Amino acid sequence: MRRLALLLAALAASGCASSPDADPRDPLEPMNRAVYKFNDAFDEAIAKPVAGAYRDVLHVEIRNRVSNFFSNIQDIFIGVNDLLQGKLQEGVEDWARFAFNSTIGLLGIHDVASDMGIEKRNEDFGQTFGRWGVDSGPYLILPFLGSSTLRDTVGTGFDWYFAPLAEARPIALRNSLYGLYFVNTRAELLEASSLLEQAALDRYIFQRDAYLQRRRSLIYDGSPPRIREEVNDTPDSTVK
Amino acid sequence: MNMKNVSRCLLFFSSLLFLKGVAAQEPTAPDVLVKNVTLEVVEIIAKDKEIRSGDRAKLISVIDAKVLPHFNFASMTALAMGQNWRAATPEQKRQLVDAFRTLLVRTYASALAAYSEQKFDFRPLRAKPSDTDVMVQVRVLQPGAQPVPIDYAMEKTAAGWKVYDVMVGGVSLVANYRTEFATVVRNSSIDGLIKDLQAKNRTLEQRSLEQKK
Repeated sequence: MRRLALLLAALAASGCASSPDADPRDPLEPMNRAVYKFNDAFDEAIAKPVAGAYRDVLHVEIRNRVSNFFSNIQDIFIGVNDLLQGKLQEGVEDWARFAFNSTIGLLGIHDVASDMGIEKRNEDFGQTFGRWGVDSGPYLILPFLGSSTLRDTVGTGFDWYFAPLAEARPIALRNSLYGLYFVNTRAELLEASSLLEQAALDRYIFQRDAYLQRRRSLIYDGSPPRIREEVNDTPDSTVK
Repeated sequence: MNMKNVSRCLLFFSSLLFLKGVAAQEPTAPDVLVKNVTLEVVEIIAKDKEIRSGDRAKLISVIDAKVLPHFNFASMTALAMGQNWRAATPEQKRQLVDAFRTLLVRTYASALAAYSEQKFDFRPLRAKPSDTDVMVQVRVLQPGAQPVPIDYAMEKTAAGWKVYDVMVGGVSLVANYRTEFATVVRNSSIDGLIKDLQAKNRTLEQRSLEQKK
């Protein structure tokens, strides 16, 4: 936690060095771009090849079981966050998911709850803080972890601090689970990341805007208040 | 009045009647349109062996024929350009719409190629009959994960309902491109943006040719 505080202080300090025409949501762009470059190099050299090999070696059915296993453990704190946001029914449903999937679903590898019609949700501490009215703060790219904001970084700290995975013993088992979690997560993202590469002129900007939009949408559970876009020119009769 | 003029007048009036008949007929409702097109395209892909084995050109031709007519790319480009749209000449606008359309179609094709029999949940349309700007909501269901919402922002035009923005998981394509476009225009120019888009499209085209070999 102390290291995190130091990191944040360093980030805040380097914020003074930002260029004048920077995006107001991303005052630390020069530093973020440097971390982005580092992450990208790490991803190209290690994470992506490992995830690709993992995907090629393991059948999709098995990978789905792995995803389900981790997804099930997370339902506990998804429930906690739903309750913290005052969403009582949702929270109870998340825990019902965990109860069914951990038992009938054999430690979570089968998502029987979804088949029963109890829907998977997406919550974390960052969203809870957002729901409580905490502003996102500056956009941040975290080493290895990628896109975040100041608020979501603190949220992620809470997520990991409470993560049941961290309780796994012996340590070797815990670390293997961490490893599996990251490889599996990266493998899930292989298609999305190649799409991003295709669609974007500047991947950094594209990813940043997508992240910020996505988080905003998640905080409001998919229906954020619409920002009315004003384009004074009606689209267009000169082009056909 | 000679015979020729009379027949011309009749033709004129009958064409007016015909136009009126067309105008009186309501266009297909936006949610019905999205559902029909989605299911039709997905079925074509599921049945076509060449597309399934990665024939990108054929997939793009299906998109061209089935999906593109329901998009208003001029609207999309104008919205993504924001303030800069007004500064563009008609020729620049034409080139922008053209290049942006190509890029979106290629990206869309890649997304579709990754489709593997997920189920769709077409949400009931929440709009008044008089609305001319609606959001059609579809959710892609996948086991073990939160459903992915895909929202189509659609506007009513003389030629039926047209999509002018797509939101995937709450991320608006148009809004996402707006920052990118604005940055490129600020750092170079509108022509610079056109060049960037065209270069991007060429790279993607080349890559898909190389993958074919």
